[in-house]
Amino acid sequence: MILTRDLRKSFGPVQALAGLSFAMAEGELAALLGANGAGKSTLLRLISGLSRPSSGSAEVAGFDVRRQPQEVRRRIGVVSHQTFLYEDLSAEENLHFYGRMYSVAGLQERSDELLAMMELWPRRTDLVRTFSRGMQQRLALARAMLHQPTVLLLDEPFTGLDLHAIDLLTSFIEEASAGRVTVLMTLHDPDYALAHSRRLFVLHQGRLVIDQPSEQVRKGDILPFFREK
Amino acid sequence: MQTLTQFYTILHKDLLQELRSKEIITAMLVFSLTVVVIFNFVFDPGSAEMRTTAPGILWVAFIFAGNLGLSRAFAREQENSMMQGLLLCPVDRSLLFTAKVIGNILFIGLVEIITLPVMIIFFDLAVGRAWPLLLAILFLGTAGFATVGTIFSAISANTRSREVMLPIMLFPVTVPIILAAIKSTSYLLAGRETADIWPWLRLLIGFDVLYFFVCFLLYEYVVEE
Repeated sequence: MILTRDLRKSFGPVQALAGLSFAMAEGELAALLGANGAGKSTLLRLISGLSRPSSGSAEVAGFDVRRQPQEVRRRIGVVSHQTFLYEDLSAEENLHFYGRMYSVAGLQERSDELLAMMELWPRRTDLVRTFSRGMQQRLALARAMLHQPTVLLLDEPFTGLDLHAIDLLTSFIEEASAGRVTVLMTLHDPDYALAHSRRLFVLHQGRLVIDQPSEQVRKGDILPFFREK
Repeated sequence: MQTLTQFYTILHKDLLQELRSKEIITAMLVFSLTVVVIFNFVFDPGSAEMRTTAPGILWVAFIFAGNLGLSRAFAREQENSMMQGLLLCPVDRSLLFTAKVIGNILFIGLVEIITLPVMIIFFDLAVGRAWPLLLAILFLGTAGFATVGTIFSAISANTRSREVMLPIMLFPVTVPIILAAIKSTSYLLAGRETADIWPWLRLLIGFDVLYFFVCFLLYEYVVEE
């Protein structure tokens, strides 16, 4: 579902990604760990097409990210610590806006379903600017899932969330993965990654130093790579 | 059909946001009206100098107010990385650009529609039957300025001092548009023949078309990294 081949990205003299090659199958739930500046967010930006690779290639569902960007965009949902939500619009208006951009069929029903699932139904007509951080992030996940993507890219989705919001998002992500959605999420919390992901990637200075099933990784294996250099 | 829906959706969203926040229109309107009122006190009421300088003052008010609005419009799109959210949608960048240009033309146009009658009263301008041509000049000048402004506001939004960078980049490039707009407005308000105005109008239309196609093609590279 996600395939990268010798993916490289440089910002001037700084090499953010130094030749990443990996493949993720349908329904896989993987966590991407690493210190600040390891290249996690850069990798997600390259896979989502927001950034151009210096060399190498990335594919989503068999579509090349650079050559077939529209096909890729239709198949991915992205959540980052920035919500991509319009604060002057209500929760429902935000979902309808993005729904129309993705040409979602049965938009009203789909939007209602997601708002209920994210426990935002009572606040659906309220402006997003009145929402707490947790509510905004839940709505951001609803936005990302609105068009039923086959790949979900989550860039530190739990930043600033309370425990209830983390639980809600976790169960939603696990359900999505069980429903054959491929999930790749960057995280800073090794405990959470070990407990909830089925595959673990660790990036260190732009290189993939660990790529293993989560049950085969111990916390001690990861921690040395959490020091920023 | 899908393209039209996306175009309308972006435009509707921008208008709805502005209707609720009123931050762009209010800032532009206060600025343009202030310029008109201040310059009104500079000249003697009904004097010839007042009428001669009026077109320049009018465009100064519109251009600087427009710069203010353009800067704010794109900055607003950067909050919560909303521009990234838009770029992640399966929407053609040229469509995104066109919707943004039309939105900016509407915002600046609204300010012009309110400011223009005030200017006409304060500066005692005689428009007579030239209204349609005056509105056409305003539209062409605004369209050219908004087209270039839309792409430069996207460039300057990623710089550290975008409020300073936008006019520095925008004004030199839009000189032909501003010049043609001022000249055709001044000829029109001076009661000159359409034949005298036409060369300036042609220049205005020419630069509008040229800039639109250049910006249309470049927008993708500007907004994506």
